[in-house]
Amino acid sequence: MTGNALPTRTGDQRVTRLRVIRSEWTKLRSLLSTIWCLAATVALLVGVGVAYASLRVARPPADPSAFDATAVSLAGVQLAQFAIGVLGVLFITGEYATGTIRVSLAAVPDRAVLLWGKAVTFGVAIAGLAVPAVVVTFYAGQAILSAEHLDTGIGAPGVLRAVLGSALFLIAVGLLGLGLGALLRNSAGGISALFGLLFAPQLVLGLLPESMSDAAYRYLPTPAGAAITAVHSDPVTLGPWTGFGLFCLYTAIVLGLAAWRLRHRDV
Amino acid sequence: MIEARGLTKRYGDRLAVDGLTFTVRPGTVTGFLGPNGAGKSTTMRMILGLDRPTGGTVLVNGKPYHRHVAPLREVGALLEARSVHPGRSAFRHLLALAQTNGISRTRVDDVLEAVGLTGAARRRAGRFSLGMGQRLGIATALLGDPRTVILDEPLNGLDTEGIRWVRELLRGLAAEGRTVFVSSHLMNEMALTAEHLIVIGNGRLIADVGTAEFVRTRGRNVVRVRTVDPDTLAARLSGPGVEISFDGGETLTVSGSTTDRIGLAAGAAGITLLELTAQQASLEEAFIELTRDAVEYRANPAGVSS
Repeated sequence: MTGNALPTRTGDQRVTRLRVIRSEWTKLRSLLSTIWCLAATVALLVGVGVAYASLRVARPPADPSAFDATAVSLAGVQLAQFAIGVLGVLFITGEYATGTIRVSLAAVPDRAVLLWGKAVTFGVAIAGLAVPAVVVTFYAGQAILSAEHLDTGIGAPGVLRAVLGSALFLIAVGLLGLGLGALLRNSAGGISALFGLLFAPQLVLGLLPESMSDAAYRYLPTPAGAAITAVHSDPVTLGPWTGFGLFCLYTAIVLGLAAWRLRHRDV
Repeated sequence: MIEARGLTKRYGDRLAVDGLTFTVRPGTVTGFLGPNGAGKSTTMRMILGLDRPTGGTVLVNGKPYHRHVAPLREVGALLEARSVHPGRSAFRHLLALAQTNGISRTRVDDVLEAVGLTGAARRRAGRFSLGMGQRLGIATALLGDPRTVILDEPLNGLDTEGIRWVRELLRGLAAEGRTVFVSSHLMNEMALTAEHLIVIGNGRLIADVGTAEFVRTRGRNVVRVRTVDPDTLAARLSGPGVEISFDGGETLTVSGSTTDRIGLAAGAAGITLLELTAQQASLEEAFIELTRDAVEYRANPAGVSS
């Protein structure tokens, strides 16, 4: 029963980045709540796309030339981004709420490495789910829309970029949530900040004179990030890659602040 | 080996840890004793690099904690019993920690078996009792087969059998040449567990002493005597170093003497004794007195300077 009975350790023991990723992967998939949340996100993404496509087929547009078949099938991205962002927040604030963060940092004293490992693991996990999910929802949506010949093909200009871009956008939102959670160390605070960043700037901008708000709108997180999910560029927004790049910059700033705070504050 | 030199932690205008200097040596169980709020947990967090000292340094096995490439191999810690996500199983919790340091999966099974949690390993840790949570915490501390073990209040929430088990475990770890540093706010508990004591009060070092010596110098053996003639017996017993108090009626409490001496004195005087009981040294009281002095000392001069 005592330490005497324990066989001694074997192998090369040291902390490596790959090992931190493996550990974070174990953490991510060992919570039933996370699995459910991810499954719900995929269901939401595909379900909303299919439902919206069915709705549009039932009521075909008067002018089919202005119809965006890709956007209809990807309608679920709008909702899925919140689920994934919240999951990103909880992936780190769950450790603070339960005290696990102390055990984690005792095992991985380099705090930036721990945050980095969490970000890589979460990003890759979301990519693994989101890429198949957007492809499935796109094809399912097009199959439904084809009944009224409203469908488009993956080879049409900008379509592949918009479909895969939707997955990229979801990954970035997830990482933004993770960064906010790490920065604020509190689930409620992190989720509020996430919704605030994604929603509030547009609302505030609506109060300004139109000339000013039109110029600033394109730089807000959601319009900038969502530009990559649209086939047809809206003149009010930035170009797809520029907009997404800006969103990634915002995410990187938040993660950078989180890493700084993690390094300099007691846990 | 843990070496703290002038270790200080300030929260706002409150000094939680105030210039602590001590060394915890391998091969013995060292108790870290102090009332609640004395700064024990803060000190332990600083040892693990979780809290940054305001001043001073602390080394574990010769290096600052964050400098170790395989920290779990060097130091195993139990900080709070519930440092586990309630939705995760004990096995997954330990596996995730093991993976960071390249510790094998079989080692996870081994420590779970060592703490008697094999049967509950796949259950959600949120359903664990306090005692099981404490066992899981101890398994976490043992995971990396560490040279130094740091346990914050490991006996909390354990039943008698569990306490005995932890004591044996700690002695076993020390006997293997490991450094074992265990905190508690209960003197009697530590007197039975540790061979060496580091006592702090209000963040300051009060005593750094062997347990046996502490008990000998601080603990007073008290004998309870019931007799038909307490006044006469008291007169007979009085002498240098002997303190007698009347508890009312026929009972005397005598310190600085022994049951043998009191019995013989009573017999010589022909006084009938109704009861003669040696009571366990009032170590707890001595400890409270000792730490209370520290608190009072701190309250006046130091309080103004900050």
